[in-house]
Amino acid sequence: MDFIISTLLSGISVGGQYALIAIGYTMVYGILRLINFAHGDVFMATGLIMIYMCAAFPWYVALPITAMITVVLGFVIERAAYKPLRTAPRMSVMISAIGVSYLIQNVATYVTGGQPMEYPKIPFLSEMVNIGGATTSMVTVVTPVLVILLVIALVLLINHTKVGMAMRALSKDFETSQLMGIKINKVISMTFVIGSFLAAVGSFLYFSNYTRIYPVSGAMPGLKAFVAAVFGGIGSIPGAVIGAFIIGICENIIKALPPAWEVSNFVDAFTFALLIIILIAKPTGLFGEKSTDKV
Amino acid sequence: MTKVTKTKKNTVAALIFCMVLLAIVIFLENSKIIPPTHILFTIIKKGAVYSLVAVSMNLLNGFTGLFSLGQAGFMLLGAYTYAIFTVPTAVKDNVYYLHGGSAIDFSFQELYGKLFGMEGAGGAISLILGVLTAIILGGIVAAIFAYFIGLPVLRLKSDYLAIATLGFAEIIRAIFQWQKLGPITNGANMINNIPTFSNFNIRSEGKVVFYLSSFVPVLVAMVCVAIIILLINSSYGRSFKAIRDDEIAAEAMGINLAKHKMLSFCISSFFAGVGGALFAMFTNNAQAKPFTSALTYEILLIVVIGGIGSVSGSCISSFLYVACSEWLLRFLDNETFIGEFKVPLLKNGFRMVVFSIIIMIVVLFFRQGIMGSKELPDLFKKKAKKGESVNE
Repeated sequence: MDFIISTLLSGISVGGQYALIAIGYTMVYGILRLINFAHGDVFMATGLIMIYMCAAFPWYVALPITAMITVVLGFVIERAAYKPLRTAPRMSVMISAIGVSYLIQNVATYVTGGQPMEYPKIPFLSEMVNIGGATTSMVTVVTPVLVILLVIALVLLINHTKVGMAMRALSKDFETSQLMGIKINKVISMTFVIGSFLAAVGSFLYFSNYTRIYPVSGAMPGLKAFVAAVFGGIGSIPGAVIGAFIIGICENIIKALPPAWEVSNFVDAFTFALLIIILIAKPTGLFGEKSTDKV
Repeated sequence: MTKVTKTKKNTVAALIFCMVLLAIVIFLENSKIIPPTHILFTIIKKGAVYSLVAVSMNLLNGFTGLFSLGQAGFMLLGAYTYAIFTVPTAVKDNVYYLHGGSAIDFSFQELYGKLFGMEGAGGAISLILGVLTAIILGGIVAAIFAYFIGLPVLRLKSDYLAIATLGFAEIIRAIFQWQKLGPITNGANMINNIPTFSNFNIRSEGKVVFYLSSFVPVLVAMVCVAIIILLINSSYGRSFKAIRDDEIAAEAMGINLAKHKMLSFCISSFFAGVGGALFAMFTNNAQAKPFTSALTYEILLIVVIGGIGSVSGSCISSFLYVACSEWLLRFLDNETFIGEFKVPLLKNGFRMVVFSIIIMIVVLFFRQGIMGSKELPDLFKKKAKKGESVNE
């Protein structure tokens, strides 16, 4: 019983962290129709920045500074790599995204020397707690609560503010909303800022659990979060969150299967199998809007 | 009439060009000017392998307009197929010691060896035939997998196709690392002791008398690229281009979309498989580790630098890329002192940073790449035309 609870708990926690990344994907995709391959690497870069910031400042100062830097990073990437290609074919933008991802990974390798970096302990998050007989760290409990709070805030922002209305308009029709006087560049930048901020929060939680950061640490969580976004229906924020939780829980169940089956290296493969199944069976995802664009 | 002679002329010119290139490769390796261990030959070998894979990716991404990111997966299939069927039986127990020997108790060279003998000229023939069979089989396995992957995946469009093929590549990688398949794939361990390029050097009494180790990959890559060029210039190739330019218009003109997409996908995967087999020969082993999505991205970026839709561009940029990363930009990785002054920034990994910045500049500002959609002969044609107009 303890085992089941702890598996579920860590599944929910990882799922919540994926959810925070997935929101960034789904918002950007909803507006720009672009898989932002660099998003996972921004997530990894946040981890590295946090390590260097913690070396210089106490953690409560480092936390907001890191989040700020991440937001600036997301903003700069959009302005430098995606904005010049706004009228280019979609393939070019995606190649640009892959190029940015490559650049961030190589810079990370250069800065760290390719060595895994130890993530600092954030005091409150690293404490151990006992839930239903299973001992886990505080992150596991904090993550789902924080995710739900952030999602509620985000949904409120999108449904009840002017920026949110502009975002919804942009995702419906780019040109018309431009004609209606929406400053698209501002709105797109805002999307990247929100996405990067959530990725930063996800990064704090994720790397408190998996304490080592490699330059490629962001790639796999990034892809999984994208799969979560597709699973939930791209463009839909609640969909992305639910998709991420499902993937996180399934992943931990596979990890917990008896070692004699030797299936542990199918953890990543499972996510992609899920993606392919959903793309074939229900391409719009769980909560996606109807569109014939994908198939 | 004149058109026929013109194409004939071009073919002859291309053949002569290839012959000259091959002759230069052989000459360089056997002349005593450059030692045969020089980095140049590593570049030639790796460049040849990369250009084949890049051209195969270009066939799919550049000529058919299917944005697939599964290339590394198909390379892995080719590499493993090649390795599994060429490990000599004598060392199989050593290679597969974790799994108590291999489930496949023969190798192609030895099968041919029974016909031609294993010593001297017979041995050479059985080695060549064995390796060739294994390489082609690697391609075929990749193509068969591509067919089954293509059935569901090719219905998807642009970025969804990209992410689904990327997913399949990861799934293939996970399957090949599965311990249960250990007797065939050696689990997460590498398969080594396979015939490599240096096995093709002609030896007598333990000493190499004639080097062919860089000639072989260049020859194989050249033949494969030539086949792809012939395909692109055939009616199939024109259909591919039509699909790339406008799917709906192509369908209206009577092109069977599903069939042609599948054809392009399978052929591209076949050559990616062949490239994977060559890659295994180049690295002296087959293992799942290098065939990650990072490899696919690398090849995609090579294709972009060379120009999407240009075969010669892909080849040029492969060699350029490999030469820069292996040799020309190496100095960026070493801490350098000019007198007392330490050159700033130079440190391990700086080369790749510079490299990725160059790539970003190409992607953002020179979207055409080196060649755009032109081929090498087009450049000469333009020059000739300009010359003519001056004469007139």
